[in-house]
Amino acid sequence: MPDPLLSIRNLRIEATVHAPGEPSREVVIVDDVSLSLDRGKVMGLIGESGAGKSTIGLSALAYGRGGIRLTGGTITLNNREIRLADAATLRSLRGREVTYVAQSAAAAFNPAKRLMEQVIEATLHHGLMSREAAEARAVDLFRTLSLPDPETIGQRYPHQVSGGQLQRAMTAMALCPKPDLVIFDEPTTALDVTTQIDVLAAIKTAIAQTGVAALYITHDLAVVAQVSDEIMVLRHGKMVEHGTVQQIIEAPRQDYTRALISVRSIEHTEKPPSAQPLLVVQNVSARYGAMAKDVLSNVSVQVHPGQTLALVGESGSGKSTMARVITGLLPPRAGQITFDGRTLPRALKDRPREDLRQIQMIYQMADVAMNPRQTVATIIGRPLEFYFGLRGAERDARVQELLDAIELGKGYGERYPAELSGGQKQRVCIARALAAKPKLILCDEVTSALDPLVADGILKLLLDLQAREGVAYLFITHDIATVRAIADSIAVMYQGRVQRYGAKSDVLAPPFDDYTDLLLSSVPEMQIGWLERTLATRRMESAGN
Amino acid sequence: MKGIPLSALFGLIVTGLFFGMAALAPWIAPYGMSEIVGDVWEPASGQFWLGTDNIGRDLLTRMIYGGRNTIFVASMATALSFCLGAFLGFTAAVYGGWVDQLLARGNDLVMSIPTLISALVVLSVMPVTLPVLIVVMGLLDSTRVFRLSRAVAVDINVMDFVEAARLRGEGQSWVIFREILPNALSPLVAELGLRFIFAILFISTLSFLGLGIQPPAADWGAIVKENREGIVYGIPAALVPAVAIVTLSIAVNLVADWALTRTTSLKGGRGA
Repeated sequence: MPDPLLSIRNLRIEATVHAPGEPSREVVIVDDVSLSLDRGKVMGLIGESGAGKSTIGLSALAYGRGGIRLTGGTITLNNREIRLADAATLRSLRGREVTYVAQSAAAAFNPAKRLMEQVIEATLHHGLMSREAAEARAVDLFRTLSLPDPETIGQRYPHQVSGGQLQRAMTAMALCPKPDLVIFDEPTTALDVTTQIDVLAAIKTAIAQTGVAALYITHDLAVVAQVSDEIMVLRHGKMVEHGTVQQIIEAPRQDYTRALISVRSIEHTEKPPSAQPLLVVQNVSARYGAMAKDVLSNVSVQVHPGQTLALVGESGSGKSTMARVITGLLPPRAGQITFDGRTLPRALKDRPREDLRQIQMIYQMADVAMNPRQTVATIIGRPLEFYFGLRGAERDARVQELLDAIELGKGYGERYPAELSGGQKQRVCIARALAAKPKLILCDEVTSALDPLVADGILKLLLDLQAREGVAYLFITHDIATVRAIADSIAVMYQGRVQRYGAKSDVLAPPFDDYTDLLLSSVPEMQIGWLERTLATRRMESAGN
Repeated sequence: MKGIPLSALFGLIVTGLFFGMAALAPWIAPYGMSEIVGDVWEPASGQFWLGTDNIGRDLLTRMIYGGRNTIFVASMATALSFCLGAFLGFTAAVYGGWVDQLLARGNDLVMSIPTLISALVVLSVMPVTLPVLIVVMGLLDSTRVFRLSRAVAVDINVMDFVEAARLRGEGQSWVIFREILPNALSPLVAELGLRFIFAILFISTLSFLGLGIQPPAADWGAIVKENREGIVYGIPAALVPAVAIVTLSIAVNLVADWALTRTTSLKGGRGA
């Protein structure tokens, strides 16, 4: 058997953490991880945030980001030990034998240079080809990656192409020097599902045609199942399980892997609409400032008491704007909003405190939704003080009740947000919203910044609280799996309009309109061969193309 | 107060020493403030630890009384500039719109004239008393604090937690004092250390030019002015206030640095 292209043995990676206002400390990021990758094979590295998957990916370039040090083990690439290699060796290796595709193409491209310049830069730098040959290869790659106008797209600047196209251009950049290994670091995570599917297909085709080996890093098992030959599951910097795609998906050996696969398996039976809706949004249109175009045009939806309406759509479809209009942060240009039988004043400043109390909001980024200088007890206690005038022991008792309700125990009240994990932070935000005893909570992408297992816990908590407190949710998300798990009714939004609206069972049942079909079919499923089947049967090209 | 770093401890002790001497001047100064006790520019001796000045007064006594005036005026002016500048800066950021435009452009207008020139113009028409000095210096310095606090607050004002407070129905004073101020503290503390030193230099400059603290009252700037001719003859009396200013600057900023690491901690300074 020939030697593998990349072989990592007992890798250990450490870093020094410099938290502000605290003494520095040493942490182990990756501990005793070994893997080996043959030429032309694709290995998926999967895990939650903090699992060390990107760090391991970058170690194939013998590179540590920030203060990260590769402190132990061996990294062998093309039969050469590179962990302790000198700078000259590394320079000749990076961008020639190993290349890298970053998560955010928009941040990775230089906005002042044309795409072609950047795509062929490494190739020219290493003197691998003449400029003409490199450009010809880039155009070939653009074609392989099904970018529009492959001949001329290289002449555009990064801001002149869409996010999905930019991600493909970066893939072309990585493949241009004919590397042996490409590291894909979450290349589709920042994209909408409808764009993700095309980029995924393009990457898969390009890998197949160039015969390059790849490390594909992602947190989404369904995505990695489409492109990889093998999968390694990581957690807390250690290997949990390693096997072929088929074995991992169909016969996982470890509990953690099984949990990752069965994520989003919450069953929620839809409740019938009540006679009296809680919130009625009627023919609402809205725009920002002096913009010439409406962000929301003529939108009408209803939320029933104790139920969940999910607003689904890709970025820019106007779903977050809807939340801003309902809260009064953005007064609508036309239409009216009725809450509990009363018409709500259009602007926030005209609304009585009682109206403000009844509608609460939970944000996507829990870290910035809480004041980092306030303790959890202050954060949760303030609405109690503000709306109900609770003070002292009475307030503390209620805060503890709420902490129990979100499954955080004693002692959390004294903590600052920086001392909580991502999931705990979001739970505190939920408690803050609940403290006001609202009838409606607007949830703006509350789980999309969280790891799948943590997100699952948050969704379960939300459903549980709905059953106990009878609160209604307006749930804004781009994730269909979340919608299936939580919604009673669904509004599909597309370019500021409601494309499809009704009970969950109706909206998610055929016949679909073209956009809903595209949106639903683009959600990766945990099956081998899903990508090819979907591309073969879909009716509408996604907007990012 | 345990676990306080050595540099901060040194800063605290020296700053405390300076402030203590200023507060207790009448009790610890060896002679009267404007009492002529010796010859002109006597060298340092057991009797006069720092020598005597241009008309035979004890230099140590002058330094102690001078420090009292300088530090008092600088502290008051800094306090005034911070209260005013930070409050207006936060207000401009939180209200936005025309309130912001009015305050910010007005501030630009004042800043466009060099502070020393504005101060000289105002002080040449006003009676030079301590309150007038403090107000003039405080107002002029507050333009810098306004800039900083507005810039910091504009960034904080768009965070989700401020929006959450607004959605709750909180008033502007809660938003300013409870949401924004605690998060703006770090840059403000860093600025405070610098501003205080600039205020000391500013009052010293004014006194040197004769528009600050008036003789026979002592002040570090005035001491330089009175003894500047001595430099030609190798008399170091004029340099003593400079050494004092440097020492105090370093000490105050060591303390500010320490306060900074404590205010930057997002865990309430625990484990720091």
